[in-house]
Amino acid sequence: MTIDMSQFYQVFFDEADELLAEMEKLLLALDVSAPDGEDLNAIFRAAHSIKGGAATFAFTDITEVTHMLESLLDRIRKGEMALTPEHVDAFLAAKDVLTMQMDGHHHGSSVDQDAVGSVCQRLKALSQGIVPQTPAVEAAPVAAAEPAAPVADADGNYIFRIELPAVPQRDVDALAAELGLLGTIGQECLADQRVVFTLTTSESQDNIVAICSFVLDPDDLKITLDAAPAAAHAELQGDSEAKQPVEEPGYGIFEPQKAEVASPSLPVAKPEQAATGTPAAEAKNFGRRATDKEGGSQESSSIRVGIEKVDQLINLVGELVITQAMIEQRIGALDPIAHERLLNSASQLARNTRDLQEAVMSIRMMPMDYVFSRFPRMVRDLAGKLGKKVDFVTHGAATELDKGLIERIVDPLTHLVRNSVDHGIEMPEKRRENGKSETGKLSLSAAHQGGNIVIEVSDDGGGLNRERILAKAKQQGLDVSDTMPDADVWNLVLAPGFSTAEVVTDVSGRGVGMDVVKRNIAAMGGTVDIRSVPGSGTTMAISLPLTLAILDGMSVKVGEEVYILPLGYVIESLQPASTDVKEIAGQGRVIKIRGEYLPLIPLYQIFAIEPCFTEPSQGIVVILEADGKKAALLVDSLVGQQQVVVKNLESNFRKVAGISGATILGDGGVSLILDVSALLRSSRQLSADPIFY
Amino acid sequence: MSYTTQTQAQAGAGEIAGKEFLAFTLGQEEYGIDILRVQEIRGYEPVTRIANAPDFIKGVVNLRGIIVPVVDMRIKFSLGTPTYDQFTVVIILNIGGRVMGMVVDSVSDVTTLSPNQVRPAPEMGTFDSDYLIGLGTLNERMLILVDIDKLMSSSEMGLMEKIAA
Repeated sequence: MTIDMSQFYQVFFDEADELLAEMEKLLLALDVSAPDGEDLNAIFRAAHSIKGGAATFAFTDITEVTHMLESLLDRIRKGEMALTPEHVDAFLAAKDVLTMQMDGHHHGSSVDQDAVGSVCQRLKALSQGIVPQTPAVEAAPVAAAEPAAPVADADGNYIFRIELPAVPQRDVDALAAELGLLGTIGQECLADQRVVFTLTTSESQDNIVAICSFVLDPDDLKITLDAAPAAAHAELQGDSEAKQPVEEPGYGIFEPQKAEVASPSLPVAKPEQAATGTPAAEAKNFGRRATDKEGGSQESSSIRVGIEKVDQLINLVGELVITQAMIEQRIGALDPIAHERLLNSASQLARNTRDLQEAVMSIRMMPMDYVFSRFPRMVRDLAGKLGKKVDFVTHGAATELDKGLIERIVDPLTHLVRNSVDHGIEMPEKRRENGKSETGKLSLSAAHQGGNIVIEVSDDGGGLNRERILAKAKQQGLDVSDTMPDADVWNLVLAPGFSTAEVVTDVSGRGVGMDVVKRNIAAMGGTVDIRSVPGSGTTMAISLPLTLAILDGMSVKVGEEVYILPLGYVIESLQPASTDVKEIAGQGRVIKIRGEYLPLIPLYQIFAIEPCFTEPSQGIVVILEADGKKAALLVDSLVGQQQVVVKNLESNFRKVAGISGATILGDGGVSLILDVSALLRSSRQLSADPIFY
Repeated sequence: MSYTTQTQAQAGAGEIAGKEFLAFTLGQEEYGIDILRVQEIRGYEPVTRIANAPDFIKGVVNLRGIIVPVVDMRIKFSLGTPTYDQFTVVIILNIGGRVMGMVVDSVSDVTTLSPNQVRPAPEMGTFDSDYLIGLGTLNERMLILVDIDKLMSSSEMGLMEKIAA
């Protein structure tokens, strides 16, 4: 299964941009002498979220910087270290570096590796308690590396003369290709068959040595800095311009690094290079980055719009549809011959309105697949890293969810999935010892349930450890007792700063994850529910209210009322023969369908409606199935099948038993959506219990 | 601003200086509610009935894409005759972000009452005096000023969940 992760890059970049901006804002507002704990937490969470996202997309360089940033922030946050202005400066510098790296990945612009390195060093030094004396660590890298380097040309290039030891021709070619990426390279042979390169580049000598050291011992190298011969320079310059993409003048602010832009592949590809170490991979990267770069200068192809604007649009279009339906009704009475043109225009209006409505609706609705498809790769990588075997399955990827919710569910879900892989599923040996198959199972599912959308992350791992959670909670001074019910104990893991993992890893264990999850879900008006059985696994269920979700519905009529049945619950509908209906004394009636006796739920009785038919053999029964139970619902007639937009009844009213929501029909009227699982669960209870009390 | 208790409302009668009230009638009586709680006034449209709800909750209607419950005050307080025709008026209220409709016999006007025109309500009448701000006098007219926030969020109306009430 191959997934093109690049389709999600834009989302990550958008999110990361927002987080970085937020981080900067908070940092600047921070009172160094008395920092607000909540602000520090927020900065920390921002760094953590960026790290999580970057790790998902394998932007290793970003992960490294954020990890360091996070470690330092964590110590300050926990009060192990006092905040100083140097910290804030270093954080801001780190933020700039992250922005630069982000741009590097996004637009293929240049990444100043020396600045990255110096910020990392600065952060490391700070976390060791050393305050660097010179905040000017970000001085031009070339100047630092070559203090006596006056021979840079107008573009900041230097000419190096690299004498190689005696090496096979194959290695020479590889090196030439490699170094060629740094700038312009010339080659000549010495009398003793050794090769000398002349390299025009803005890179420091150290970088050249680093590259050569993949092929040969750096000690055998002899590198000298040539004085730039004017003629050769001009020639090389022209050469280099012809060979490499021309940079737009806007980059002039970073004068010393300008020429470095001309070799885009190397700095960005560095971590990969370190991992693979093969020149071939390097060369391939060059091609890829180069194409990325072309796209980079384009305008962003998406805009972020406030959800309330979209809501307003949807409501207005809804009104328009109703108005259009009214017009259609009015002109239906007109003489089609006398008013032909009016009727034509009206039908065109109808078509346009319908298209408009669909288009507007599609802005908000997206299948869960959009989120789910990110995970298989992440789980696979994570499992590989941790040495675990994990089988990943998803259910209900077609469930449509509001875009606003989908975007906001990504982070919490990422945390939950990571947690399940890291902490939930055990190592293969342990699983074998416990008599389970070596491969753990992780499932991600989405479904409409009652008036909610429930998204579950469920693993068959070791489950939560009650004793350890309680011990940790006591240690952190939380108010707990040994007799707490399990559910309350599980909820403790959602408390801020709570993690039972012994070791803080790059993956998880800082205890921010669950805190963020709970906050994000609560902000969406949802809840997180944890079910866990020691030894057989944990299920984290996120339940979100249906603010706006599309439902395939079947409309049924009872008396004068029209109700919507969610199509997912409907198996079939039929008119039974009167001989198939049996009375069970005091238990209501059952219907025999294909050898099965199903309880009959007369909707008219439950909702106290005056029906057209009370006999199943005259009306229609709809066979419903929910939670593994089947029942036959008696209605008067079937009206049709349509997609409806689910509206929450509770936003202005209260919960009504047996009703999961409401929808607006084409004529502007309201129709109620039946809560099938509640109907099936307690059809008898429902009719007995008063709904208003 | 909401009036939480009757005593507070009496004591703080000065606070409602120059307040505007929407006057409407139920049967022979004239009532007033804070104009700031009124979102709009509409004609009566057919509603979708809610199963097993009390009589006075007529059902829900679609108000530009939001689902709004409609209560008939005439049924709730047994005043006037609950007829539904083109003259039936629904006052759409917005109370604490929740929108609801209220059917009344008719809406007359918007009046400004100064504090000295508002008298404390006597311990009698159709409405539980808990829900009253007082009685407003305007020339020959008398307005029964209703604390609509409190009335609509009361458990008696059953419009909101207990938590919200």
